[in-house]
Amino acid sequence: MNVQTLHTVSLNETQQRLLNDFQRHFPLSSNPYAEIAEQLGISEQEVLQHLKELSKQKVISRIGAVFRPHSIGRSTLATIHVPAIRLAEVANYISSLPEVNHNYEREHYFNLWFVITATDEEHLEDILNEIEEETGLSVISLPMLEDYHIDLGFKLCF
Amino acid sequence: MKLDNLDRQIIQATQTGFPLNSKPYHVIAEQLNVTPQEIMLRFQRMLEMGIIRRIGAIPNHYKLGFTANGMSVWNVSDEVVDEYGKKIGELPFVSHCYRRPRHLPIWHFNLFAMVHGKTRKEVEEKIEQIALLLGENDLDHQILYSTKILKKTGLRLID
Repeated sequence: MNVQTLHTVSLNETQQRLLNDFQRHFPLSSNPYAEIAEQLGISEQEVLQHLKELSKQKVISRIGAVFRPHSIGRSTLATIHVPAIRLAEVANYISSLPEVNHNYEREHYFNLWFVITATDEEHLEDILNEIEEETGLSVISLPMLEDYHIDLGFKLCF
Repeated sequence: MKLDNLDRQIIQATQTGFPLNSKPYHVIAEQLNVTPQEIMLRFQRMLEMGIIRRIGAIPNHYKLGFTANGMSVWNVSDEVVDEYGKKIGELPFVSHCYRRPRHLPIWHFNLFAMVHGKTRKEVEEKIEQIALLLGENDLDHQILYSTKILKKTGLRLID
């Protein structure tokens, strides 16, 4: 996905509220969408329709849980300096690994940044070694030592 | 607290998103052959234990116009990094703020703050606010903009 080519979407007021006000406290009850509908003063069917539409347009990545880092398995942010001529090849290889969940190209000497999530420390080490062997490049692993952000969701200003 | 097998199955079954269906917990329960109450209870427990931070809609920043994604990296002395890390983590425009190890001599930044904006100018103004907050404790900083998102998926559980 190329950032420059993306265009933005326009959302109606209900959709904006669905996005802004329901990033936390999704109801843990039998009919959660009906509860949201009640708060918005619309029908459950409308809520589901809007959410399906927003998902289809990829405005919402998903409705789901956000996990605290390191609560499940072990993860790290890793970076490699990849020579320009090999960038596409190495980037594709990194993205193809199931343990890699984020992979970004960035404007820097260290031009490839990715997050690896493994079951445990040993598994993580194995993957880091595997990447070094496969690419012949050195990987710098920068695991989180402290988390300073209290995640309350992302305030969207429409 | 350790996650048991059912917790893991629930996480796995929902990692690409909750069903957009009138009774989502019933759908998950049916797949895993447990009661819907058990599913809701497990989510409640994972929230209380802090394993889950929040449950809700996860917006895609890019589609909403926040196309400038600046990873700001800072060199802050170890003595004050916790104090300033907390302050920076509280800024409304910072979506992630972590302390990470230095990797000397090639990488001397130990504090990472992710800043999203609609333009690079907007990101730079926000980074400037962080620099002001740090004052003389900002020994060095850089902004790394993403030029391509090559892969972005939710958490994956690998068994």
